[in-house]
Amino acid sequence: MKEKRLYTIITFSHTTEAMAFEKRCMAESIPGRLIPLPVKISAGCGLAWRMAQEEYVIYSDKITGFEGIYTLEM
Amino acid sequence: MIYFDNAATTIQKPRSVKRAVYNAIDTMGNPSRGAHEPALKAARLVYDTRERLARLFGISDPSRIAFALNATDALNMAVNGLVRSSDNIITSMWEHNSVLRPLYARGAKLTLIKSDRLGRHDYTFEVKENTKAIFINHASNVTGNVTDIKRISDIAHKNNALLVVDAAQTAGCTDINVEDMGIDVLCFTGHKGLMGPQGTGGIYVRKGVDIKPFRTGGSGIHSFDKRHPSDMPEALEAGTLNCHGIAGLNAALIFMENIGTENIYGRKKALEKRFISGIEDIKGIRIYGDISAEERACVVTLNIEGISSDVLCDRLWTEYGICTRAGAHCAPLIHKALGTDDIGAVRFSFSYFNTEEEIDKGIQALKEISEL
Repeated sequence: MKEKRLYTIITFSHTTEAMAFEKRCMAESIPGRLIPLPVKISAGCGLAWRMAQEEYVIYSDKITGFEGIYTLEM
Repeated sequence: MIYFDNAATTIQKPRSVKRAVYNAIDTMGNPSRGAHEPALKAARLVYDTRERLARLFGISDPSRIAFALNATDALNMAVNGLVRSSDNIITSMWEHNSVLRPLYARGAKLTLIKSDRLGRHDYTFEVKENTKAIFINHASNVTGNVTDIKRISDIAHKNNALLVVDAAQTAGCTDINVEDMGIDVLCFTGHKGLMGPQGTGGIYVRKGVDIKPFRTGGSGIHSFDKRHPSDMPEALEAGTLNCHGIAGLNAALIFMENIGTENIYGRKKALEKRFISGIEDIKGIRIYGDISAEERACVVTLNIEGISSDVLCDRLWTEYGICTRAGAHCAPLIHKALGTDDIGAVRFSFSYFNTEEEIDKGIQALKEISEL
């Protein structure tokens, strides 16, 4: 069974914001990737950004102004 | 064949447009409907296209652009989402049925900006207290005349009215900067001057302007909410986007960036000037619109005395292989202003891919037909 770990999950108000964020992360080498919005956050659909919590700590000053930032064990 | 019907649609597209559509059909999933690679690939493509359109039109926030099927679709969004029957709407004699028919159907009171015999606007129109918006064609698809948008924008905003611009003929033909020009809503198509596939286009809505969607449904987000999302662009993008077409539009925009928009616009204007100077002395020719104006939309509409416009158009095709457009061009009021509502006219419209040789053949064809 895959070992669980803590992730930071960033949610967006709309898909365009998610795509703009992914583009910025690629340009600025911010780690993580887009995943389906976890149901623990919302049962609606959509995209979210997932990154390891220890990496979020490093980049948190570059990640502001989003709909929600959560910590989840996944 | 010589294709001079680019105001209807361009058929000579950059090769990259065709390849992009083919590749998209082969590889792209549904944008914003999943996090697997095909879906993300489509979503990235859609976002990249929004960014390129934003750069082209001087828009600082790409999320203010929603994709549409064409300019008619975008204009229907604007009319149905903004106009109530109690509103006064100012519009012009240049307008296409894509604006006029939705406005008539809404039952709004219309004030028409009049045109003279050269098809030029009379800018001294009255704005009423209940004027909600001015819907204006950036360029007439009949005369090629271009509206002074800044002048109209100043009038609109001085009177707390919105400015909605139909850029069907100018996107990809002349500079558009919505923020500098003071445009609140811009409606454009992708398949004419922008050289993308049919079924593409869009609407820009300035922040603070609320267009109620007439189409609601799947959005990829907030699935349990009974209401459709109100944020742009999802508000106006219910259902799966035409991602395959948008891939082609994306390739067309890259082509334009590589060539340089000023080179594309300049070439089209040079072709138009060459055509006008070659035909203006033909015996019996009548060219409509203000052909002396510096800024025009690469459209030249004419008649030859003694020849019915439908016959002229058909002879150009059957005897010379030249594609033009006869009739009223879905713009009834400007034909009334020009005095051609009973006789129609023949429209020539040019693209970046037309050549000087083709222009000269068009001139020669008109000379020969006029002499017989």
